[in-house]
Amino acid sequence: MVQLPRDNNQTDRLRAPVIRIGAWQWLKSNLFNGVFNSVVTILVCIFLYKIIPPFVRWAFIDSLWLSTADQCRAGDGACWSIIPANIRFIIFGFYPYELHWRPTVAMIMLISLLFYSKNRNHWNTSLGYIWIAGLLIMGILMRGGIWGLTAVESDQWGGLPLTLMLSVFGMFAAYPLGILLALGRRSKMPAIKTLCILYIELIRGVPLISLLFMSAVLFPLFLPAGLTVNKIIRAQAAIILFTAAYIAEVVRGGLQAISRGQYEAAESLGLNYVQKMRLVVLPQALKIVIPPTVGILISAFKDTSLVVIIALYDILKTTRSVLGNPSWMGFSPEAYIFVALIYFVCCYAMSNYSRRLERELHS
Amino acid sequence: MQKGASSNATPDTEQGISFFNDRKIRAVAYQIAALFMVGLLGYYLFSNTVANLQRQAIATGFGFLNKQASFEIGESLIHYSAADTYVRALLVGVLNTLKVAFVGIVLTVVLGTFLGIARLSTNWLVAKLAAVYIEVMQDIPILLQLFFWYSFFYDILPAPREAIEPFAGVFMSNRGLVFAVPQWHPVYTYIAAAGLAGCIGAYVLRKWARKRQERTGQIFPVFIFSLGIIIGLPFVTWLSAGAPHKMSVPQLVGFNFQGGLNMSPEFGALLLGLVLYTAAFVAEIVRAGIQAISKGQTEAAMAIGLKRGQILNLVILPQALRVIIPPLTSQMLNLTKNSSLAVAIGFPDFVSVASTTINQTGQAIEGISLIMLVYLCFSLLTSLFMNWYNKKMALIER
Repeated sequence: MVQLPRDNNQTDRLRAPVIRIGAWQWLKSNLFNGVFNSVVTILVCIFLYKIIPPFVRWAFIDSLWLSTADQCRAGDGACWSIIPANIRFIIFGFYPYELHWRPTVAMIMLISLLFYSKNRNHWNTSLGYIWIAGLLIMGILMRGGIWGLTAVESDQWGGLPLTLMLSVFGMFAAYPLGILLALGRRSKMPAIKTLCILYIELIRGVPLISLLFMSAVLFPLFLPAGLTVNKIIRAQAAIILFTAAYIAEVVRGGLQAISRGQYEAAESLGLNYVQKMRLVVLPQALKIVIPPTVGILISAFKDTSLVVIIALYDILKTTRSVLGNPSWMGFSPEAYIFVALIYFVCCYAMSNYSRRLERELHS
Repeated sequence: MQKGASSNATPDTEQGISFFNDRKIRAVAYQIAALFMVGLLGYYLFSNTVANLQRQAIATGFGFLNKQASFEIGESLIHYSAADTYVRALLVGVLNTLKVAFVGIVLTVVLGTFLGIARLSTNWLVAKLAAVYIEVMQDIPILLQLFFWYSFFYDILPAPREAIEPFAGVFMSNRGLVFAVPQWHPVYTYIAAAGLAGCIGAYVLRKWARKRQERTGQIFPVFIFSLGIIIGLPFVTWLSAGAPHKMSVPQLVGFNFQGGLNMSPEFGALLLGLVLYTAAFVAEIVRAGIQAISKGQTEAAMAIGLKRGQILNLVILPQALRVIIPPLTSQMLNLTKNSSLAVAIGFPDFVSVASTTINQTGQAIEGISLIMLVYLCFSLLTSLFMNWYNKKMALIER
């Protein structure tokens, strides 16, 4: 049966009388209601029985957690040892070994900032300043060079910090750009409108990988001789330009949903274009599109993994280079499952949060 | 808004308010400024590029397309060898992309629809399993899934000698998937032609039946007759050719299989990854489409005495499809765009062939423009189709 969203506010509403009690009744009404469903249930149970016990055996019972690669090869089960044995490289890449505390602190800061921002009561101007300050400190921690911190060039950055940096900076920079593009697309000035439509449709029509290729291969050609931009920054720019086009389309949907009356009321108050958009239209439009925006952010987060193809050492690439090490070769399922878990936890948290926010905003 | 602007403008001009506060003049100024800045940026990048190309002595233009490619491509739908030109190599790439996209889209729609319906099943176990599948697959990057399936073929599956045979005639090994297919016989061409003729016949029949129903009110059993034509014509053709049924079964010869149809590990991994990933998104779309139809529609259709099939055909599907098709098309396009990740696992799709071309010729600008152009064409075709479909299906209100 279709599950209705739980609404806690309306507990006082009369509920349907309870007619099913007990586990047996539950089984009967949810798994064995009708011949077809009973057959399906039994088939699914057989299928699960075939799959789950061998998997549990492989992953937990026969598995090795803290052994050497040779011990793993002798065993039958999963070799989770590949993770603890290489964890520092998988997480931090080529970042200088003795300086690993710096990205660690930066990541903890980022995560606690994200947790703090989860609460909608904290959403105000000072939160914006906290974020700007936080991102700055994180950047300084990663980069070093001042306050007695050793400088670490950005081509040594890698692993999870790089993945997080590409996605967080990508989101923060793409969001305002996307809003500007959406406003431009809704503009009445033909030249600006055409430029924005061209940009948005062009970017949305090509795969991200072609933009990444462009950033890796073409970008150096576009700059005057002697001026070089770091590879990570170039990939970051490609991700921002790509995400902005998608955010623009989502925001445009929100702008279209705001009724004409709002625009007219703002104009009749004598607000100019910037005031009208900033004070009246955008606050409403952006609120409507929070759920699809989170969807875009989730896919932007997943898409940062594509930088593997232009040989940046994000967490997927560090994992793959561990797998390229002859002694750990062949344990790819374990390693990939570990990386998948990291991505899954992040994306699931985001999508769960977006669903909760959607409920809160609707009620 | 228009009215407000014009009534504002009249007193402004009458009182001779400053030139810079006139709305129209401002708009023109903004646009000129925007165009000027974009032009300036374009000129800056262009002049830098020209200078760099000259300095590094990189050739420009598409002249390289007619030169000999001199690299091999693993799999190809048309005949190709290293002696052919770059154009042909790129064409092989486009065809490979289309092959993955076509097979992938068909499988994705089937699996996605199945999962979407399973997600709404009254069976608790089935609904929960589908929900878990959808959530997990959506939250893992497609590239990671592709790597996983690629390593599944190469690291987990055994060598051809110990190939796993899950069903009779299907062999899985680290050389890919091999399965038995009917041995080639000239009559298969005629069978395909008969099938096509059957489809056209069914279409004409449907048109005629609708006209007849509008004229006389009599209902013609179109579905049964169409099914008869579409299946019957090829079947009769097959029987009239003496019912050839010889199968080409894969045989282990030396280190690999001979005969049957072979699916390379690269293609297998790409297809598996794309289908399993995109199906999760399609399932959500299908679920939303089904849930968008209120129960009242079904009940109203029952109340005017329609049969089950008619309810589905005339009431539910037209409404559900209106909700489902637009996001579905964009998922299909996503699948096509994601197939460009083939370059990471070595399947020779268009991007992969183009990047080899770039590496060999050094002409990155032309190569990347070609990549973008081809994908833009795919997108343009899709959005043309979407516009046509939206026009056809749009709700015609009073």
